[in-house]
Amino acid sequence: MKCRVCRGPAVIDVRRHNAAFCGDHFVRHCEEQVRRAIDAHRMIEPDDRVLVAVSGGKDSLALWDLLDRIGIEADGLYLGLGIGEYSDESGRFARAFATARGFELREISLAADYGFDVPGAAASTRRAPCGACGLSKRHLFNAAALERGYDVVATGHNLDDEAAVLLGNVLRWEIGYLGRQHPVLPASPGFAKKVKPLVRLGERESAAYCVVRGIDYQVEECPMAEGNRHLAYKAVLNELERRSPGTKATFVQGFGDRAHDRFVDVAEVERDGLGECTECGAPTTGVVCAFCRLRARAIGA
Amino acid sequence: MEAVLSTDSLDAVKVLLRNPRREVEISGPTTVAGLLRQLDINPETVLVIRGDELVARDGTLDEADDVEIRPVISGGHA
Repeated sequence: MKCRVCRGPAVIDVRRHNAAFCGDHFVRHCEEQVRRAIDAHRMIEPDDRVLVAVSGGKDSLALWDLLDRIGIEADGLYLGLGIGEYSDESGRFARAFATARGFELREISLAADYGFDVPGAAASTRRAPCGACGLSKRHLFNAAALERGYDVVATGHNLDDEAAVLLGNVLRWEIGYLGRQHPVLPASPGFAKKVKPLVRLGERESAAYCVVRGIDYQVEECPMAEGNRHLAYKAVLNELERRSPGTKATFVQGFGDRAHDRFVDVAEVERDGLGECTECGAPTTGVVCAFCRLRARAIGA
Repeated sequence: MEAVLSTDSLDAVKVLLRNPRREVEISGPTTVAGLLRQLDINPETVLVIRGDELVARDGTLDEADDVEIRPVISGGHA
């Protein structure tokens, strides 16, 4: 296989683009895809302060590196989830990456700062661990951005993540979630702006980007994610992609172009009905927000 | 998986697999596409790495190569 650009030996093929790239041109391909996503959805304005949600995995580190390469300065925020050696190792990758580049990495520890961890929360609430993890991330990244004056929270959600979530939301007709499934969620009272600059890159591309760029990341899968529904959706989608390259991109981009608008009203009604959590002030549909309820149950309050 | 060997062999490609971490040996030489086919792995879900470098689908893997098949699928979603 030869690089589509220079005709040198290729190191990676991207079948949905019917293309292969050498290392240098693959990096440029990734930069171009991120730049196109940012420009098309007006994700980041020139003077915005950007906070990257950093996990130590391939997507968040690739995102942080790519933003820097295309000239967008960003700080990182790492959330320690307390998932044993997995979290310890993830934190080491995040810190090593930031230190090597002189980037600012802020840290929050669920255990030290909030008195619980994801395994404990899952056990005490009998929720799936991924539910407690996702809830904690959404709440704390948003709160940190608002408290520290960031305009934008950038997350490493990639094309595969978006396709899997979209499939799940469609299968259950979660119309409120469908209304919020977009590469950009604008700022609103109590919410920082959220953007997903990797939405045009598959996770095979973000992993390949890290290998080509020499970025060490947490390769091992989270031990608590095994068997979750999100992985099952990805398996189905990857089988479809193997048979018909471009399926995932067509699914996600088609939803954005042709169907998302139909669900926005539902999401807006839900957002307009939000009050303030009596514990932390975050937006909530109830008296106490979901994160504060999760924490109270996890610490036995 | 008919070509997977169970013991050290001079004409085998050593392959590291993850989640769970384990090693297998495959008769060489073979291509990346052939390797994944033998192991029944969907190419959309992995990278094939020799040393520190990616190997494309038509790249040849020789007997002396130490190869990693690295999964790229993440399960958590926030």
